[in-house]
Amino acid sequence: MEKITQLTSTTTVLAIDDVDTDQIVPARYLTATTREGIGKALFADWRFDANGNEIADFPLNQPGAADRRILVAGRNFGCGSSREHAPWALLDFGIQAVISSEIADIFRNNSLKNGLVPVIVDTDTHQWLLDNPGAEVTVDVEARELRLPSGKTVGFPIDPFARHCMLEGVDHTGFLLQNMDNITEFEANRSWQP
Amino acid sequence: MGGKSLFEKVWDDHVVVPETEDTPAVFYIDLHIVHEVTTPQAFNMLRESGLPVRRPDLVLATMDHSTPTVPITNLDESLDAASDPEPANQIRAMVKNCADFGIELHGFGSAQRGIVHVIGPEIGATQPGKTIVCGDSHSSTHGAFGAMGFGIGTTEVCHVLATQCLLQRKPKSMAVNITGKLKPGVGAKDVILALIGKMGVDGGTGHVIEYRGETIRGLNMEERMTICNMTIEGGARAGMIAPDETTFEFLKGRPQAPQGADWDAAVERWRKLVSDDDAVFDKEVNLDVSDLEPHVTYGTNPGMVVPISQNVPSDKGDASFRKAIEYMQVEADQPMLGTPVDVVFVGSCTNSRMTDLRAVARILDGKQVAGGVRMLVVPGSQAIKDKAEEEGLDKIFTAAGAEWREAGCSMCLGMNSDKLGKGELCVSTSNRNFEGRQGPGGRTVLASPETAAASALAGVIADPREAL
Repeated sequence: MEKITQLTSTTTVLAIDDVDTDQIVPARYLTATTREGIGKALFADWRFDANGNEIADFPLNQPGAADRRILVAGRNFGCGSSREHAPWALLDFGIQAVISSEIADIFRNNSLKNGLVPVIVDTDTHQWLLDNPGAEVTVDVEARELRLPSGKTVGFPIDPFARHCMLEGVDHTGFLLQNMDNITEFEANRSWQP
Repeated sequence: MGGKSLFEKVWDDHVVVPETEDTPAVFYIDLHIVHEVTTPQAFNMLRESGLPVRRPDLVLATMDHSTPTVPITNLDESLDAASDPEPANQIRAMVKNCADFGIELHGFGSAQRGIVHVIGPEIGATQPGKTIVCGDSHSSTHGAFGAMGFGIGTTEVCHVLATQCLLQRKPKSMAVNITGKLKPGVGAKDVILALIGKMGVDGGTGHVIEYRGETIRGLNMEERMTICNMTIEGGARAGMIAPDETTFEFLKGRPQAPQGADWDAAVERWRKLVSDDDAVFDKEVNLDVSDLEPHVTYGTNPGMVVPISQNVPSDKGDASFRKAIEYMQVEADQPMLGTPVDVVFVGSCTNSRMTDLRAVARILDGKQVAGGVRMLVVPGSQAIKDKAEEEGLDKIFTAAGAEWREAGCSMCLGMNSDKLGKGELCVSTSNRNFEGRQGPGGRTVLASPETAAASALAGVIADPREAL
């Protein structure tokens, strides 16, 4: 995982609630055995028509969208399937943070393990961001806050361990591996065995 | 201090290292189910790190998502003939990964192959009090046995393979109390659809649900699995039901269930897996199902659902609602009953078990699927396929004009050859009606097996209570 302390970018806005991971990466793109190039599948059925041509009014197809690193999405982003291909595709496309008033659990967990920052804000801030596509904002992982163009800052929750891993650029696996002795001891001392 | 809930008892029993402010808990997993789609990158991570699989004996492996549901006599020949090389590569990778890491694979030709969440309970690997994960969000199904089952991502699949543990923060708890006697023609699928309609698709986010109440006690294990299966559609990762005699009776004698004296000891332990009377839940929801109707979805998520006799809701100006009904080609305030149907799909980890197939057979028996309607009946496992054929259900399906297939996820998720065409409307017993879920441009109406069967005969969305 790459180190990430803060990121500043203009936003792309996808003002739809309950965007599910089948939209983020349709299932027919899950047949790969690696994660390389998965960005091409991002929102494939919303970005492209049946002939593979870009649908001009889809937010990620608009001029400048390819350079924007922050996605503002409707409430409950990332619901549905557990596919980690969803954060992989967003990252491969260039999105490094997703802001919403609510983000689904599994997507949020998967994002934190890959360096995609899930930013949950209050509904007023969320509405302002939805109403102002292209606003330049800063997601500050270190300070746990979002800075708006007005200079106003809004705090967001992030698990301290996930934050530590992002700031240091280390993955979560290492911490588990450090606990191997504890795991062995747990297995030996259980009152029943699976 | 209050007593403990079922979830808290299972949680506490699996904490290897408690969580602190700075670090999540190291949390032990008793059963890890793996399939071909969400594991190849995890096995690659193991190879890159030079790590072995810590407990191959606690891994249950099969292939279900991208597999064909037409008969296969020779896997290699069949894969060579596949029009798209990617699913074939994925299936071959699964065979190789299991061989390389010493995991037994219930692959093609195995009498135990089937959908991940169907075979776990079927072979008795799913048991009360276990923690069960899989790189599939419908892992919540296993909660029907008083296990804590939840879906994980591919990085977490790697974590469990390498360490048999996950890093977890303790979720909040939620009690869903279901009371009332279900009327004929109304079943577990209608209960869970109604509940998601009430809670919304994010109503359970951050919580583990415990389904309680007299209605739940009266359900058989297959019905309980249908309820727990769709827990994730309400945003909660896990849904649990306290084990009881119905649970023990289901498990007794299954190949991986404890045997002899071990069985007695296990049942004694399992009987304690109930919420204490003074257990406190972070949230409670009540649902009276006495007057519940069959339910169908009208939109593009499982929360967009109506009782079958009622109309699509009115347009209140919500952009997501408009986008959904436009995609579904339905109008606000229109009835769902009578909507023309192109395809009927009976299958998936939600409704592909014997009670589902028997319910469909009862309605189809001696009748014909309406002209122009394609109906697929796909058993959840090889064992279910064999049992259904033993009971002659396959003959009823095929005589009615339906296709009887090999076990697999099939048309639930549009990643094998069973897909909807653009614009086709499918009444489906599966769990997700997301845009394009069953194939690009396909339109899904979620329903019970009974509603699916009645609609197949009528050629339009039909009320199963009239077909009984």
